[in-house]
Amino acid sequence: MGKTHEEICTYLSELFPDAGLEYDDAVPCINVPPALIREIALQVRDDAELAFDTLMCLSGVDFGDGTLGVVYHLDSMSLRQKLTLKVTIPVAEACVPTVERVWRIAEWHEREAYDLVGIVFQGHGDLRRILLPEDWEGHPLRKDYQVQEFYNGMKVPY
Amino acid sequence: MTENLDVLRQGIASGRLKTDELVLNMGPQHPSTHGVLRLELVLDGEIVVKIIPSMGYLHRCFEKHAEAMTYPQVVPYTDRMDYLAAMNNNHGYALAVERLLGIEVPERVEYIRVIMAELQRIASHLVAIGTFGMDVGAFTPFLYCFRDREYILDIFERTCGARLLYNYIWVGGLSHDVHDGFERDVADFIRKFRPTVTEVNNLLNYNKIFIERTAHVGVLPADVAVSYGCSGPMLRGSGVDWDLRRDDPYSIYDRFDWNVIVGDGAAGTLGDCWDRHMVRVGEMEESCRIIEQALESFPAAGDIAEAIPKRIRPPKGEIYTRVENPRGELGYYLISDGSANPFRLKVRGPSFVNLSVIDEISRGHLIADLVAILGSIDIVLGEVDR
Repeated sequence: MGKTHEEICTYLSELFPDAGLEYDDAVPCINVPPALIREIALQVRDDAELAFDTLMCLSGVDFGDGTLGVVYHLDSMSLRQKLTLKVTIPVAEACVPTVERVWRIAEWHEREAYDLVGIVFQGHGDLRRILLPEDWEGHPLRKDYQVQEFYNGMKVPY
Repeated sequence: MTENLDVLRQGIASGRLKTDELVLNMGPQHPSTHGVLRLELVLDGEIVVKIIPSMGYLHRCFEKHAEAMTYPQVVPYTDRMDYLAAMNNNHGYALAVERLLGIEVPERVEYIRVIMAELQRIASHLVAIGTFGMDVGAFTPFLYCFRDREYILDIFERTCGARLLYNYIWVGGLSHDVHDGFERDVADFIRKFRPTVTEVNNLLNYNKIFIERTAHVGVLPADVAVSYGCSGPMLRGSGVDWDLRRDDPYSIYDRFDWNVIVGDGAAGTLGDCWDRHMVRVGEMEESCRIIEQALESFPAAGDIAEAIPKRIRPPKGEIYTRVENPRGELGYYLISDGSANPFRLKVRGPSFVNLSVIDEISRGHLIADLVAILGSIDIVLGEVDR
């Protein structure tokens, strides 16, 4: 078995002493400050001790308490270990740096998180809606989402 | 194919052939996009320069629906994502909720789940193989594949009444016990099915025309596959030995003896369309082996409903669970706030993820090859769009 989240958090904290990485025992996951997610992502991918070569899933979440989150589920095929990174941001500044150049699949996952949760990924090359039409209003997976009454003259709620 | 392409490329490079870029819509209503998918193709003559996929034509925001449902009510919705692998979808969701609840299911339930999941894998691969043959111009193998898929659907129908969308694997158990004679039916099917693989091999897989259409086409190198998060036959076709049933074991897969089929580039280049196709062909036999072993030690009696909770309210927490679907890694990221409805349910569908690589592996190919590449990725739009 590979490293536990706690070991990885200690290891990363030594490399990034000022980052303020927090280990969350309940999930378990590591809370990462939004500004550092790209550096941390590159580190965990390229570090031979960690080797997280796969981004299994990237999810946007509305926690319903005025904060949004981006959750990164990572997997290392060679070292057989998993890692969950979590970034929390206030709804008013829903901005996170992109990781699309770290794992290519992040491009589509981030577009989905933008489309459905309304999180803007800074530096993303092609941040368009992916599942909903381009002229749709709002982001459905926000907890305060109100469906629009009409879409191009068609009644929406059925 | 490759020679034509070289002639075209030389012509363009030497300036003898003047070409302009052209944008062409393939789909959303097009038989070879396997559903309502639109690909915006930027073309240089017949050569694909760039692909911009447009999805969402089947979008019904499953994740939003799930937040308004109780945990058991979500199960039928999972059926409708990858509708060719509904059993596997049910299985993954049931596992996620069970792990949050911390419950174990009875032996007999585990065995039935594994047999159903593997039968579903064979049924799903049969559709993939048959339609892939059709994509590149072979109609007959499709009929053989669908004939055998019917036997599997008959077994499902006898057990739970449905042929496509089952709502069968529930949190903590199953909706019905298997019908009388289930083991005999499954054993009969395996016996009838095995010769089909040889038939399809003779008709399609080692056919010169088929190999010409698929070998060296749409080559996906292993490192690209990993970076794009590709999984299932897509990843194994590129030579990566990775299967969640063995490498991140769930249910009772660790009890059986079977092999992970990996592409070897026998007909062309490692990771081409033919390799992906042959991984699916090989996996059907491995599924048969798992089912046979499961039947040997199948518990004769047991209450399939004994672990089904009366009231499903998982404690606060979250979990990411993944299972090996016919198309690859199906992940459920589930957050519970302690109520009867999921707080957030995110699905990582293998079709969605595998499709994202199409631009990368299709550049420089002809439009006709793009049809083969898309067929070899084997997407189900119900899951891409969710």
